[in-house]
Amino acid sequence: MFVPCGESVPDLAGYTFLMPAVSVGNVGQLAMDLIISTLNMCKIGYFYTDCLVPMVGNNPYATAEENSTELSINAEIYALPSKKLVALQLRSIFIKYKSKPFCEKLLSWVKSSNCAKVIVLSSSHSYHRNDLQLRSTPFRYLLTPCVQKSVQTKIMSLNWEEMEKSPCIPEIDDSEFCIRIPGGGITKTLYDEGCSKEIAMVILLKFVSEGDNIPDALGLVEYLNEWLQILKPCCDDPTASALRWKMPSSWRLLFGSGLPPALF
Amino acid sequence: MRRAGTSRSGRDAGAGTMAATFFGEVVKAPCRAGTEDEEEEEEEGKRETAEDREVRRQLARKREVRLFRRQTKTSLEVSLLEKYPCSKFIIAIGNNAVAFLSSFVMNSGVWEEVGCANLWNEWCRTTDTTHLSPAEAFCVFYHLKSSPSVVLCQCSCYVAEDQQYQWLEKVFGSCARKNMQVTILTCRHVTDYKTSESTSSLHSPFLKALKTQNFKEPPCCSLLEQPNIVHDLPAAVLSYCQVWRIPAVLYLCYTDVMKLDLITVEAFKPILSSRSLKGLVKNIPQSTEILKKLMTTNEIQSNIYT
Repeated sequence: MFVPCGESVPDLAGYTFLMPAVSVGNVGQLAMDLIISTLNMCKIGYFYTDCLVPMVGNNPYATAEENSTELSINAEIYALPSKKLVALQLRSIFIKYKSKPFCEKLLSWVKSSNCAKVIVLSSSHSYHRNDLQLRSTPFRYLLTPCVQKSVQTKIMSLNWEEMEKSPCIPEIDDSEFCIRIPGGGITKTLYDEGCSKEIAMVILLKFVSEGDNIPDALGLVEYLNEWLQILKPCCDDPTASALRWKMPSSWRLLFGSGLPPALF
Repeated sequence: MRRAGTSRSGRDAGAGTMAATFFGEVVKAPCRAGTEDEEEEEEEGKRETAEDREVRRQLARKREVRLFRRQTKTSLEVSLLEKYPCSKFIIAIGNNAVAFLSSFVMNSGVWEEVGCANLWNEWCRTTDTTHLSPAEAFCVFYHLKSSPSVVLCQCSCYVAEDQQYQWLEKVFGSCARKNMQVTILTCRHVTDYKTSESTSSLHSPFLKALKTQNFKEPPCCSLLEQPNIVHDLPAAVLSYCQVWRIPAVLYLCYTDVMKLDLITVEAFKPILSSRSLKGLVKNIPQSTEILKKLMTTNEIQSNIYT
C-alpha cells in the first residue's frame, strides 16, 4: 500500500508513472536510479508491501553530509511535479509466489490515482534473441491496447522496433505465437495485468547479459529520453550522453570492496 | 505424448541463464535479478493441480508464525504490542546480540515472559517451543515487571523472508504505534561491509547505526555509510518503523566471528550509555562475569586429540 511521507496524499492525476521491472542485469532499476538522481526527484512516499524482501540503507542519492542520513527502504515513490512524473524504485527481489499479487496491488493503486500512463523499464536475456533480433537494435517497446493514440503516433514516428511475438513452446513447430520476455521478471505479468485492467502502459526494454550493466542502463534512459525528452536531446556521442546522467552515490563499490594490497 | 514430454524437459533446461566461460564451455549462471523463479512460477501456476495447491497450502500453514504464551499454552488473539502496550521496545537478533542483552540488561530487574514466537523454516526447525533448552534457537518476549511498558525480545532463530512480514504483524500489529521507541541490535559478518579499503584492513568488531527519520537522539556510533544495506528481520523492523514514523535505531556490529564470542558481544557496550538502555543497565562488572559464564557454558570443547 502507498504510505505518504508527508501528512497529505499527493494528487497524481495525469502524471506519468515510471517504474522498473526487476529483470536481468537490474537494468530497469539502474535506469530508474539515473532518472531519480539526475532529475533530483523528491521522495513522496513508500509502497509498503509484504511482496518484496525487506532491505534498508541510507539515502542512495545523497549528495552531501546533510542529506546522507535519510533512511531508504525497498520500494519508494519519487515525484517531479514540474514534469508530472512519478517514479517507483524497487530495491530488492520478490518473495516466492508474491510477484503477481504485487503487480495487481500496484496497478490497482496506479489506476485509482488516475495516472495518465505507466512506463515500465525492463530488460530481457540477450541470448534468447532469434537471428533477426541479433541483427537489429537491442531496444524494444510494447504497448497495451489502451495506450492513447497520440502516444502511439509519437512512438511510430521514432521508428522503434516493437517486441516480436515468439513461439509459446519453442520446441514445438506449430506452436502458437505470444509475447515472451525471458529474464524480464514481472514485465510480462505487468503487461497482462495492464491489458486486462485497461491501463495505458508502455514497456521499454533492452536485450542484455549479466555483467557491468551501467552502459545498458544509460542506453535505456537515452531510449526513453528520445520519446519523453526528460533531458534536452544531444548528439549521438555516447560519452557525452553518459555525462548528462548523474550516477548516484550508491553506485560506489558496485563490484565489492577494495582489494587487499597483499594480493599484488 | 512423447513430444510433450520432451518439450517440458526442454523448457526447464532453457530456464536458466547461460554464460560462456573463457574456455568456451557454456555453463548455467545464476541471474542476479532473481528472475529464474518468475518464469518457473508462471509455468508452475499453469501446470499446478489441486494436489499441488494443497501441498503449497500445507507448507504455508507449517511456515506460519504463531505467537503464544508458554505459561498458559494459549495463542495471542491480538498482536503482542496491542496486548502489552509499550514505550520502549528493544530487540536482539542473533546469538551475540542476545548474549549482550542477557548479560547487561536482563541481569537486573525482574523480566517476565509475555510471549514466544513459534516458527518453522529450513534453518530454524523448532517445533516444540514449550520445552526449549537455552542453547536452542528461539524468539521470546519479556516485559520489565517494575515498568511493564519496557518490552524486550530475544530472537536467536532465523526468521525467513516469507515470515518476516507475518512476524511484524503478529508483534506490532497493523496499526502504527507512535508513542514508542524501538532499538534493534544485531550482527553481520565483516565481509558484508563495503568499503574502498580492503575488508582485511578493517579492525573488527565495529559498530554502525541506522536510524529512522523520527529518531532524534544522536546514535552511539557512526552511521552506516552508503552503499551498505541491511537485510532480514532487522531490515523488516526498521522499514516498518520508517514507514509508520516510529523513532527507531538499529545498532549493527560487524564482526568476523559469527558464533558466540566475547569480543563481539562487548563491541555493543557503547550502547549502554544511550537513552534507550538508560535506567535498565545496573551492574556492569557483574554483567561481564555473567557474560564470561555464558561463553564457557556454550563453548564446544574442541580438541584435535579427541
